Amino acid sequence: MRYFGRGHGACPGCGLAIAVRNVLNALDGKCFVANSTGCLEIISSQYGKNAWGVPYIHSLFDNVAAVASGISEALKAVGREEEGKVVVLAGDGATADIGLTLHGMFDRNHDVIYICLDNEAYQNTGHQQSGLTPLGEATTTTPAGRIQLGKTGRKKDMVAIALAHGSPYVATSSAVLPADIRRKVKKAANIEGAKYIQIHCPCVTGWGIDGKDVVKVGNLAIETALYPIVEFENGKLVSVRRIKERKPVEEYLRPQRRFRHLFVDPRGKEIIAEIQRIADRNAERFGLDLKKE
Amino acid sequence: MKLKINLGAISEPLQSENLKTGDWGTEWAYVDKDKCTACRICEQFCPEGCIEVKEFGEEKYAVVDHKYCKGCGVCASVCPQEAVRMEIKELFKLEVC
Amino acid sequence: MMKVVRGFYSVAHAVKLCRPNVVCAYPITPQTEIVENLAEMYANGELENCRYITAESEFAAASILVGASATGARTFTATCSQGLILMSEVLFNAAGMRLPIVIVNTNRALSAPLSIWNDLQDSMALRDAGIIQLYVENNQEAHDAIPQAYRIAEDKRVLLPFMVCMDGFKLTHAYEPIDLLEQSVVDSFLPPYKPAAYLTTKKPLAFGCYAPPHVYMEFRVVMQNAMDRAKAVMGEVFREWAEVSGRDWGGHLEVVYPEAKFFVISMGSIVGLLRKVVEDLRKKGYEVGLIKLRTFRPFPAEDLRKSLSDAEKVIVLDRSVSMGYEGNLSIELKAALYGSSADVVSMILGLGGRDIPREFLEKLIENAILGKEGSGFKGVKDFEEVIP
Repeated sequence: MRYFGRGHGACPGCGLAIAVRNVLNALDGKCFVANSTGCLEIISSQYGKNAWGVPYIHSLFDNVAAVASGISEALKAVGREEEGKVVVLAGDGATADIGLTLHGMFDRNHDVIYICLDNEAYQNTGHQQSGLTPLGEATTTTPAGRIQLGKTGRKKDMVAIALAHGSPYVATSSAVLPADIRRKVKKAANIEGAKYIQIHCPCVTGWGIDGKDVVKVGNLAIETALYPIVEFENGKLVSVRRIKERKPVEEYLRPQRRFRHLFVDPRGKEIIAEIQRIADRNAERFGLDLKKE
Repeated sequence: MKLKINLGAISEPLQSENLKTGDWGTEWAYVDKDKCTACRICEQFCPEGCIEVKEFGEEKYAVVDHKYCKGCGVCASVCPQEAVRMEIKELFKLEVC
Repeated sequence: MMKVVRGFYSVAHAVKLCRPNVVCAYPITPQTEIVENLAEMYANGELENCRYITAESEFAAASILVGASATGARTFTATCSQGLILMSEVLFNAAGMRLPIVIVNTNRALSAPLSIWNDLQDSMALRDAGIIQLYVENNQEAHDAIPQAYRIAEDKRVLLPFMVCMDGFKLTHAYEPIDLLEQSVVDSFLPPYKPAAYLTTKKPLAFGCYAPPHVYMEFRVVMQNAMDRAKAVMGEVFREWAEVSGRDWGGHLEVVYPEAKFFVISMGSIVGLLRKVVEDLRKKGYEVGLIKLRTFRPFPAEDLRKSLSDAEKVIVLDRSVSMGYEGNLSIELKAALYGSSADVVSMILGLGGRDIPREFLEKLIENAILGKEGSGFKGVKDFEEVIP
């Protein structure tokens, strides 16, 4: 049986769909998926049009971590843990903002693989900013106007939050690195406790890119150090994806409609400079540059 | 025909396979079987899961299921052999008058 | 086995005997001791095949139970007031997903202003959710209600969450001699939970799908049908329980002096006091009877209409207000009595734990019978409104 059927309602070129297929394949479909309200839920679980080939539950927007914890505990209570791994698939909004129950799941270290599918905004409702929307992005609630040029806040560091809770395995990945996703999910499946994997998922509709540019843009996010690909085990950094030749952030920002205003308005230059500083800090913090200057 | 109302809005698996999303896009992906080395990279990247390496006797190459292909172009952009091309559908080959 | 215990212990003991698989706890006065007692039992290994989770909020507690119940576990939590309202999003969701979660709600007033004392405002706020609501009069009834709650909720004809409502402090903290049930009695009355549909890799199903306009309405009709069927199922279970335990708590209502011309109707522990008040008024010559409403949802409208068909006047004692209208029980009763010629006097009292002395109550009801006391808030002090 397929783990995720065809005929689902995702936009052509959707990064979430790439990530989800690889997550489920890594687990050979032996999993229980808890999914929060959002793009993934809407495209896959309409009554009568279910795309899932694995046991799946959608409850609310803000409680997926607790629901997953409940599944994990119920399986333990009745001796059915061997049936499969409990996996959360949640968007960035559901994770970083409204997903309050995440902290309880980490705190009590329930045996759950929490996967945040990060397309950097509330895309399902039309591209509103979330805690994981990066600086400078134009969303419908942080638009580019005369006074304000997109989001002025920063991208919340969910990796740090997961580490602060003592999660035994914390990693980031990207939909454009499917083998990396599979490796990390398999690794997480062999670790007991509340694990966190954040996967960068390009969004054709929200970011304003074409399906054929998804892989290029996704890779640029990594090559500019704006999306560090890292791996922590028991709080220690065990792997990073190094960048051979770091690219300037403009190359990543320019092809996307969500950043276009930065190239039109003269004040955009300052914001681009700030974004470059963020990239530089990331590279330094994780040692991403292969060549040492 | 009576409407089927499952308990608590529970749905049976893989019902989406009934929805032929192949009519969504303006293009479809086509694989040049002579260039394809069956590396399966396209399989990992397709958001739909509609490109699969299949065996045809001695030959093995990727095939796109046009019943589901939305024409996104991701497979074409990742194929290391450039064996996948995106071609506009007959329906959209319009003449400008 | 007879033992003098506090209300919260009688509940915890009954929950233990029902063999729950997942119990969630979050503290809120005055329910906290229920989950504390369960924690002790858990720590001493008395809860087999059970996981006890100290949730980070009531919202989390209810959500954990949703995941657990969907996986096929028997679940329990206790809450009230702010906690109940906080988990209300999840409870509406659980009802729609037809998950038979059992909750004990230790009725407590709602903020603002903050109050830890008893009234029925909290559970009344959840009356539209699709959750069965049973109000108990004393701790023995609370103890007995737990196995019945699981039986009814898990019945394939019902499959809805079940809320046992017991007055906070007045019942939870009161000492009562309780005939504590034996494990064997509960085991023979309550079989293990065997859901028809649950999360398993052996048969992958998708729970909680969304329903566009072409199909949503039928799901809600189905829920209402389940509530309707619950009336009959509850009647069956109440009768069976009476035989098994030797204690007959009545049906959806208990009517005392059914031939009376005047009736007092209320819910919860105040009924215990009303029994005495009604006796005293009858000694004075008043033809007054008492209706104890046990099931608030599904609302037993036909039973009430039948019991009040020859009544001249019904005196409703509410301990909650639908702000902007009237006491909740009064609103529902009047709707049930539409077309009847009976007079209805709607009295709201005892909010936020305000004491209701027996003499005061007797005078109130006597005056209401005599037409000297009308509808409104009763037992209110003389006050003036001030903006500081």
